[in-house]
Amino acid sequence: METKQREVSAKANPRLGEGYAVAKNILYTSLLLLLSGNVHAALNVFACEPEWAALTQQLAGDKASIYTATGPLQDPHQVQARPSLIAKARNAQLLVCTGAELEIGWMPVVLRESGNSNIQPGSNGYFEAAQYVTMLEVPSRLDRADGDVHAAGNPHIQTDARNFLPVAEALSKRLIQLDPANAAYYQQQLTSFNQKWRTAIAGWEKQAAPLRGVSIIAHHKGFPYLNDWLGLKQVAELEPKPGMEPSAAYLGQVLGELQQHPARMVIRAAYQNERPSEWIAERAHIPAVTLPFTVGGTPQATNLFTMFDDTIQRLLAGLK
Amino acid sequence: MSRNIYWCTTVAVLLGNSFSALAADDADPQSVGAQIQQLKQNNKELEQRLQQVEITATQAQTRSSAAPSNVNSFNPAVAMILSGTYEQLQQDPAIPATGFAMNANNTGYVHGFSLQESELSISANIDPQFSGVGTFSLAPEGGINVENAYVQTSALGNGLNLKFGRFFSGLGYLNEQHSHVWDFADQPLVYRVLWDNQYADDGMQLKWLAPTDIFVEIGGEVGRGLNYPGTNQNKNGAGAGVLFAHIGDDIGIEQSWRAGVSLQQTRRIDAVSYNVPDLPGTPGGVSNSFSGDSRTVGLDFVWKYSPNGNIRERYLKVQSEYFRQYQNGTLTYDITGSITPGAYSNTQSGWYLQSVYQFMPTWRTGLRYDRLDPGTASVGASIAGDVISDYAYHPSRLTWMTDYNPSEFTRIRLQLAHDESRQGLTDNQVFVQYIMSLGAHGAHQY
Repeated sequence: METKQREVSAKANPRLGEGYAVAKNILYTSLLLLLSGNVHAALNVFACEPEWAALTQQLAGDKASIYTATGPLQDPHQVQARPSLIAKARNAQLLVCTGAELEIGWMPVVLRESGNSNIQPGSNGYFEAAQYVTMLEVPSRLDRADGDVHAAGNPHIQTDARNFLPVAEALSKRLIQLDPANAAYYQQQLTSFNQKWRTAIAGWEKQAAPLRGVSIIAHHKGFPYLNDWLGLKQVAELEPKPGMEPSAAYLGQVLGELQQHPARMVIRAAYQNERPSEWIAERAHIPAVTLPFTVGGTPQATNLFTMFDDTIQRLLAGLK
Repeated sequence: MSRNIYWCTTVAVLLGNSFSALAADDADPQSVGAQIQQLKQNNKELEQRLQQVEITATQAQTRSSAAPSNVNSFNPAVAMILSGTYEQLQQDPAIPATGFAMNANNTGYVHGFSLQESELSISANIDPQFSGVGTFSLAPEGGINVENAYVQTSALGNGLNLKFGRFFSGLGYLNEQHSHVWDFADQPLVYRVLWDNQYADDGMQLKWLAPTDIFVEIGGEVGRGLNYPGTNQNKNGAGAGVLFAHIGDDIGIEQSWRAGVSLQQTRRIDAVSYNVPDLPGTPGGVSNSFSGDSRTVGLDFVWKYSPNGNIRERYLKVQSEYFRQYQNGTLTYDITGSITPGAYSNTQSGWYLQSVYQFMPTWRTGLRYDRLDPGTASVGASIAGDVISDYAYHPSRLTWMTDYNPSEFTRIRLQLAHDESRQGLTDNQVFVQYIMSLGAHGAHQY
């Protein structure tokens, strides 16, 4: 599996001409580029979303070289199977994705075209985080009339900090399976992550206490796990059905319902269009709150810890 | 809500316990200590019980997903595309583009309301090594056409992908895409005349993806040569071959591109074309037959841009393809009359440039320009007085479309075209089209 690290010296012989040195550099650079799939001694990880890249980073440190397939401002449902994704999947030894059909619109093509048998579903190199947490909003019936629903339940599991504990444990086990030479390191990273994460959860829960029972509206059904964790009460969504664009008529209807069931704020993920929530916020005189949703979604959410720090700070600011 | 009730009950029970305990032995300090211990114990047990109750309560509402998500739970993924059009055409769609009477001319246009092909697609993993896809198009007038039926495996690993059966060739960019994902209601003219809209063959394909950071893919196909520019050849060996290479990458998070080159080679045997115009000006044209080699080269390029890489909101796509087809062999002029054979070779070419802009989540608009070059044929002396070698006309077309996509599964399109593909027969065309997909959620190609 592992290939030897190639020692490539780009130093040119001083006695030779400069042109030769440049040519040699170019040659070596292109060789490196060509072989870059093999020269990394680190485990090649393809993370579908930034939160899983961040978690892998926590657990694997410098033992993994991680590629993140989607950006924090991209809708993870709608990504194209771009050539770059296929090329990165070709060299991956481990794929870390949410699963639960979140990536169904692009991942099957990437996997098929990658020609990489190590990361196909069912193999050790294929990891779906959603398999290790308790899923919410599992539909009792599957009908497209209900919009873009997912058979396995709502896939946005990363908004509840508690979900990272079982996922981290399973992911760490997988890292050990794929790279047993560094088992002790992964074990140590997991223990340290667990400890820090549990302390952080306690802190967040304490900070978020005023949010318990607070009524909110959400742009997309993207926050059931956050609501479940912090006790927020979602009274309406701006999308008429999951995945369908909010229409002016439907927003008017939501606004009408707000008279009877008032909400304290309207929340959206950073990648979602700000106009519908701002429209409602202006008319209902409530704040519109943008949540990072994943690592990098807001300037403050630089890692997993600051992602939840910022989420809670923004929600608390919305209360004022 | 329910959590509050639990807490209230706990507090009430605890208070009750402690009062009765204190009332019983208020004199003995030792037993008070023991009672406090006992109370702490009780408290702990109650908390544990409370937690258990809460856990059961949440479990009642949810379910742990133990099974990996999959589009099929043993049953194959079934998807169906329903599509129909209303078309307003000023000219007869059977008239071919000027200079391309001996090429394919399958416009698919019908005046007025019409049901388009309904496409039924069934796919599943066959076993851990193979997966299979069958796509059947049901013609509105009846009859089933096997569009695609192939088996694929990536179990070879090392970036190798093997496919066999009937499939759309990997040449060009648009060729592999099914009609329901086309950005316009019809194919570019160059695809219509040089590939009969979409080149499919019965055979096998092997692709290799290089282990590089940027996307580099090379592939080859051998097949029967079933479709235009080939003719169904009932012989041993391969009737057609394709080679292609693609390269692509991202530029930052907002831009991506792919470029490719392709080569296709086949033979045409006794390929008969009807109503071909000739130099003597026979009314209704004549029927000719051609046998010879066909070689086509192509270049394709696509570039996509999206603010923040979020294609849900807005994106811009620019694509262009160029094909050049060289045919060399023997043409038999007027097979129902004079039957005069003669040498014939010609190079035809064509290109298109199109751009599609999604300016808001549910709306897109696009513009396409098409142009063909029928070439100047070199014609043997025996048929030089009959066969037109130079049409001196370049067919072209300008097309505009806009479509509305209320959900991922619905598309309603308006398309207007100014078609000058036939000399002297300008055609201003209007298309209104719906494309709906039901069933399994298919993943989209780049």
